[in-house]
Amino acid sequence: MISLVQNELMKLLGKRRFMIIAAIIVVLLSLFTYAQSRQSEAVKERLGDVDWRTELQQRIVDWQNRLSSAGQWKDQLQIQIQQYQYYLDHDVNPSEPGAPTFIRGFVENSAELFLPLLVMIVAVDLVSSERSMGTIKLLLTRPVSRFKVLLSKYIALILSVSLIIFLFGLLSFLISAVMFGNQGWSAPVLTGFSVQGGELNIAGVRLVSQSRYILQQFGLAWFISLVVGTLSFMLSILMRSSAAGMGTMLACLISGAILSSMVSSWESAKYLFMVNLGLMDYMSGSAPPVEGMTLGFSLAVLAVWMLGALAVSFTVFMRKDIY
Amino acid sequence: MSDITLSVNGLRKVIGKRVIIKDLSFELKRGEVFGFLGPNGAGKTTTIRMLVGLIKPTAGSIRICGLDISKQFTKAMSHLGCIVENPELYPFLSGLHNLRHFAVMLSGISHERIDEVVRLVGMQDRIQDKVSTYSLGMRQRLGIAQALLGKPDVLILDEPTNGLDPSGIREMRAFIRFLAEEEGLTVLVSSHLLHEIQLMCDRVAIISKGEIIRIDTVHELLSSEERLVWRLQPEALGKSVLGGLTEILSEDEGSVTTPYSERLAGEWNRLLVEAGVRVLEMNRKLPALEDLFLELTGGEAID
Repeated sequence: MISLVQNELMKLLGKRRFMIIAAIIVVLLSLFTYAQSRQSEAVKERLGDVDWRTELQQRIVDWQNRLSSAGQWKDQLQIQIQQYQYYLDHDVNPSEPGAPTFIRGFVENSAELFLPLLVMIVAVDLVSSERSMGTIKLLLTRPVSRFKVLLSKYIALILSVSLIIFLFGLLSFLISAVMFGNQGWSAPVLTGFSVQGGELNIAGVRLVSQSRYILQQFGLAWFISLVVGTLSFMLSILMRSSAAGMGTMLACLISGAILSSMVSSWESAKYLFMVNLGLMDYMSGSAPPVEGMTLGFSLAVLAVWMLGALAVSFTVFMRKDIY
Repeated sequence: MSDITLSVNGLRKVIGKRVIIKDLSFELKRGEVFGFLGPNGAGKTTTIRMLVGLIKPTAGSIRICGLDISKQFTKAMSHLGCIVENPELYPFLSGLHNLRHFAVMLSGISHERIDEVVRLVGMQDRIQDKVSTYSLGMRQRLGIAQALLGKPDVLILDEPTNGLDPSGIREMRAFIRFLAEEEGLTVLVSSHLLHEIQLMCDRVAIISKGEIIRIDTVHELLSSEERLVWRLQPEALGKSVLGGLTEILSEDEGSVTTPYSERLAGEWNRLLVEAGVRVLEMNRKLPALEDLFLELTGGEAID
């Protein structure tokens, strides 16, 4: 079994998939860190020597003024204001500069779309490429059961997801540490916000060190990527062409991003997997797409989708006639 | 141990309402090369895919060395090596890595065995290169090396000479004969070329529209269908003498076609010469696959 997984990894390496992924990460990271450093310079210039507390206070006032004209965003804005107020009251700088802060923001923004996209590069042709190359005929006429063949591929996928997340973390640490300096790992971050009936519930709020917060973020990012990877894996079995699988999965991810901002009154949309991919929002305390969704709920929905996709994958793969 | 290495019984495949394969049954023995002959679309490839476990039969059983592939798939497959259609290998890996990849999927293949098959197919010089740089002939050879890795008892090759140049075809034929005669393998090859099968195989099954219409030794099959084309001078006299000796099947301008008989052909020639006929040409002619089909199916055209 282990050697079968090694086979799969050898093929992925042979296709230079991980090099492509690493290159994409490096290019994007360089762009973002540069943009970030330009932005903080601009902010510094504009504010001069203004204390961050004053700035935060200013932002809260800004938002309060905007409240009356915010329309459907009103609830969300109010929650954000409350959260900032909490930071201010407890004397916690929400944007302590340094590599960890950058990584925190970067992971938060890439977990929903960017990381799953990278995983798709690997997952979407894991089976369909064997089919289009014709090598599947050799693979399935060996004295190895189809179940084992597919299982070795899936294990290779899990390892690839882990490797991609690790690469992502490592590269973003290296690049941002060079750009912003390696400080602020133990800075406190607030987490545990929950939203109930449009109200920010701060009963569960606690302070954790930034490093621990980032670790949790990476855990969630890993899970999101694994779910998207598993779904792509299923598509790669169901569809002959990798391009069709890629397109379908992309459409799902993008529709998820769009839906999340407009389904607040469509209750049953919360059972769609793509609406549940915003796990990061639960950590930072933004309002969920549909009222009443919690981190536990989203994890459960994603897990059910993932298990369903696995069941479909294995059933179809083991029965399918190969022409 | 029995001599039967592959036995197929009542094999049937139905897709939707169409019956693709109708109750095929045959048995292959150790050390023989068995040909699967039929036009494109006759069901050769579908049958082969069922034999190697890529397609599940609707009914019937397939046994490789006595092991039913639907019940003991992995055990049965360890006795089988195959190439289905083109020898598709991973183009982004080297030949050696391709072999290692497939060796891992068989149990207990040593590095020495890999070297051995590489030498057997004469690929030592290029085995470290990427498969994407190989010619079709080299891919074919690497495909065979891959199929032989596990020392199979049965080797199944789908159109093994497809796309090879004449010298490649000759080499492949010799190699297949070698495997059957020296190594005692059972080799099943499919082809749509009668000529091909005639030069390679001991026995042949002719398949049309999903049915085996005849299984026989190549010798029997051909000798009953072989023709002799004569060019005689003077033509009219020659024709009447020949007509008294055997059946005249057809006449063309300047030539006469009769059945071929190894035993009698020399005698006919002597009698013609004695009657004062000059025999300009005696030409033994293999039936074309088309003719053979027309003959066997009773005028049913290939479609």
